[in-house]
Amino acid sequence: MTVTERQQRAYVDAQAADARVNVELETDEGMTLNIGPQHPATHGTLRVVAKLDGEQVVWADVVPGYMHRGYEKLAEVRTFPQVTTLVNRIDWLGSFANEVPFILAAEQLMEVEAPARARHIRTILFEMARVANIVLFLGDLGAQLGAVTPVFYAFRDREHVLDQIEAVTGGRFHPNFDRIGGLKDDLPKGWIADTKAVMERIRAFCHQVEELLFGNEIFEARTRGVGVVPAEVGLSYGLSGASIRGSGVDWDLRRDGGVTGLAHGDVDWKVWTHPDGDSFARCWVRLQETREATKIVDQLCDGLPGGPIMAKVPRIIKVPEGEAYVETENPLGAMGYYVVSRGDLGPFRVKIRSASFSNVSILPWLLRGVYMPDIITILASMYFILGDIDR
Amino acid sequence: MTAAVGTLAIELAYWQQTALRTVGVLVAVLIPAGTLVYVFLFKMMSFMQSRLGPMEAGPYGSMQLLAEVGKWIQKEDIIPWRADHRLFALAPYVVVTSVFLILLAVPFGPDAWFADLDVGIFWVLAVSSISVLGILIAGWASANKYSLLGGLRAAGQLIAYELPMVLAVVGVVIQAGTLNLQGIVAAQHSGEIFGFGGIGNPFILTQIIGFFIFLVATQAELTQAPFDMPIAESELVSGYMTEYSGMRFLLFFIAEFASAGAFAAVAATLFLGGWALPGVDLDADYMNVVGPLVLLTKMMLVAFLVFWARFTYPRFREDQLQQLAWKILIPLSLVNILATMALKVMF
Amino acid sequence: MVKFPAPKTPGLVKGLGVTLKTMMKTTFPSRGMKTLIPAPSIGAATVQYPHEKEMPAPRSRGVIALKEENCTVCMLCARSCPDWCIYIEGHKDTAPPRRPGGKPRQVNKLDRFDIDYALCMYCGICVEVCPFDALFWSPEYEYSELRLADLLHDKERLGEWMQTVPDFEAYEAGSEQKVRKVPR
Repeated sequence: MTVTERQQRAYVDAQAADARVNVELETDEGMTLNIGPQHPATHGTLRVVAKLDGEQVVWADVVPGYMHRGYEKLAEVRTFPQVTTLVNRIDWLGSFANEVPFILAAEQLMEVEAPARARHIRTILFEMARVANIVLFLGDLGAQLGAVTPVFYAFRDREHVLDQIEAVTGGRFHPNFDRIGGLKDDLPKGWIADTKAVMERIRAFCHQVEELLFGNEIFEARTRGVGVVPAEVGLSYGLSGASIRGSGVDWDLRRDGGVTGLAHGDVDWKVWTHPDGDSFARCWVRLQETREATKIVDQLCDGLPGGPIMAKVPRIIKVPEGEAYVETENPLGAMGYYVVSRGDLGPFRVKIRSASFSNVSILPWLLRGVYMPDIITILASMYFILGDIDR
Repeated sequence: MTAAVGTLAIELAYWQQTALRTVGVLVAVLIPAGTLVYVFLFKMMSFMQSRLGPMEAGPYGSMQLLAEVGKWIQKEDIIPWRADHRLFALAPYVVVTSVFLILLAVPFGPDAWFADLDVGIFWVLAVSSISVLGILIAGWASANKYSLLGGLRAAGQLIAYELPMVLAVVGVVIQAGTLNLQGIVAAQHSGEIFGFGGIGNPFILTQIIGFFIFLVATQAELTQAPFDMPIAESELVSGYMTEYSGMRFLLFFIAEFASAGAFAAVAATLFLGGWALPGVDLDADYMNVVGPLVLLTKMMLVAFLVFWARFTYPRFREDQLQQLAWKILIPLSLVNILATMALKVMF
Repeated sequence: MVKFPAPKTPGLVKGLGVTLKTMMKTTFPSRGMKTLIPAPSIGAATVQYPHEKEMPAPRSRGVIALKEENCTVCMLCARSCPDWCIYIEGHKDTAPPRRPGGKPRQVNKLDRFDIDYALCMYCGICVEVCPFDALFWSPEYEYSELRLADLLHDKERLGEWMQTVPDFEAYEAGSEQKVRKVPR
């Protein structure tokens, strides 16, 4: 029987592939696995290249950049309101929180202060963005670990938060509501009562997730002791947010950051930390932060001052020359904008310090020696959004 | 089978009997698979997640499975260039075969069975290991590192959980005194609990530990959460099934749910009394029709437990899985056997 | 007297309880007389689109409507769009004087006002910036097309959307904002 050229090529190809895998398996380094840009576990297009020895990771590297959209370049040729619109889409789950540091930096340059009512509503929406973001994280955490049901509970209850954000701003995911000097519009009638009811629902959801996931022995076995980040190592890599508070570091920009544009100083709230530094600690801290955020929203809704929603600013805003850097405690960590203005309608240069970029930088160090399923647990507990890493 | 046909007073040639048997086993495999997919995967999972599930195809989405089967059948048959073509094509059939073979030994009525084997439960346990081969072949032949990892994990897991399953069944066998599944049904039907013969003696009452171990081992054998490391959708995309599409994937899917049905049927036979109802005559002719329905109901009950755990729990890591099997389940089942032996002798 | 710690329900069992409870709540949502009648369509959290539709909030940014009479072709919206998806063409014309004996005025006439919804980011800067109350948000969202080119809405279509624009809502207590009126 004659052998066709196609069959010959197939044979040679198969032999070559075998040889490649054999070489990989027999050298010290191990099999290279590409947890590639398209993967259910990486929240978006993150690429993790890992060398595995059996199921253990010998070496891992993170290759970000598959979702780079050129925000800083785009910001150079847009006006301030246009940049505000674009910036919504960096951390697309914590929608309103992206706009806040940018607007605060611009207000700092303009030396204008938003009225008290605007400050309070800004903080309410900021904390609601945190709630929406972390609720999805809690559901997604279950999905990464194999539990299919918490995701649906998360989306079901998050929907109400998004409905409330839509009732005020008009957009569920991209509010585009913050303006230099205040906010675009005021609250519609009945919003405060509805929001308090929604916060109650979120607290019920947190309780449900605690019973379904955090109290579960399987979950504890998967996350306790996995991916331990000592506090010094975390700080040296620039971790922020719940990822570093899970290692016992008591640092929260809402309290320690000296940001005057938000009203966190006017309410009674608590910073949650956990001494362990493992995946369980980070996830637990986020759960408690969600509960705390609902309490902050409740308190702010109760004590909302009356007054104007916008300070006196000219119609066409030209921000005076100068540089300002404002960092706030966003849902994912510390997010900051370094705004350089030359007196135009738009910024000259905006440098975005995103939380997830620094959070992800620790992964090569953290992933050494863990089992392959633990890679997923660690990625899930570190919680990054690709738009935040790549901007 | 001949006896059943005999009651209908028809003489069938051997080839006609074989044809009937083939159709019968196809029905016995596909009907539970379809029912389980619809009731548990489409509806129960959806209700547990506050949603309704498929509603468009047919009334309340009942035709969804038919629509999905139609969709998969008409898909392009994609085999990766570097995959081992013959083994890649063979693997789904191996897994499906093991399901058919399991159902051969399960009795559906006093005369409605495919093969009345004297080594009934032994045959079932032996033949259920064939699916491991199929999964390993699928994982290795796919020329995909994810599938390879999935296949290797499956091999380790499935072999590890065979032992607790076998040992859990030993307790039942000691109590019934026979390996024959028909005999086990009869033993439960005619047994008595401390002299009370009203509901017979379903072995779940005395073998509750064995039932629990059998359920856990079944969960692992079906590679369902919390034991779905081989599939591990968030890590390995689909594990050993990643490269399969179209009809081949359909075979894996049917095999997954048909095995769930088969194992549930076996569990119902071993622990819940099988096709017999307490108080109803074992040899009655109408039990040939009612028996399968009774077995289906009991099978749905067991499957409810299996799927309930599947939709609630996250998954174990591979080494934790193995620890559970070797360090906890096997000693527990050995203790169960000792206790059963002691109690059997005492009473 | 030895005190035994109170037995805790293991987390595994509690988890099963949560899913079972949700399933029961979805299947039997009614209270009172109808408790045992299964009604999952009421109990489920989802809405069976397209058979049932949810109304979005009045401020929801669905589609932009144009009131042609108010537009003076000042081009502010087209300039402020981050995507440059508004295409405006106009020409200068003379209009009769407002009072008899005055001089004729120069007005801008709108020839073309297109919004390309394939590009639109739904940010709302154009609506906010318009000084003459010519653009409004409407919560309508069902305008998907089979062809990309059909997503370019011209003047007439944008004018038709004006019918779907809801009135502005009242504000919460403590607000100093005045409720604007939609010109009908």
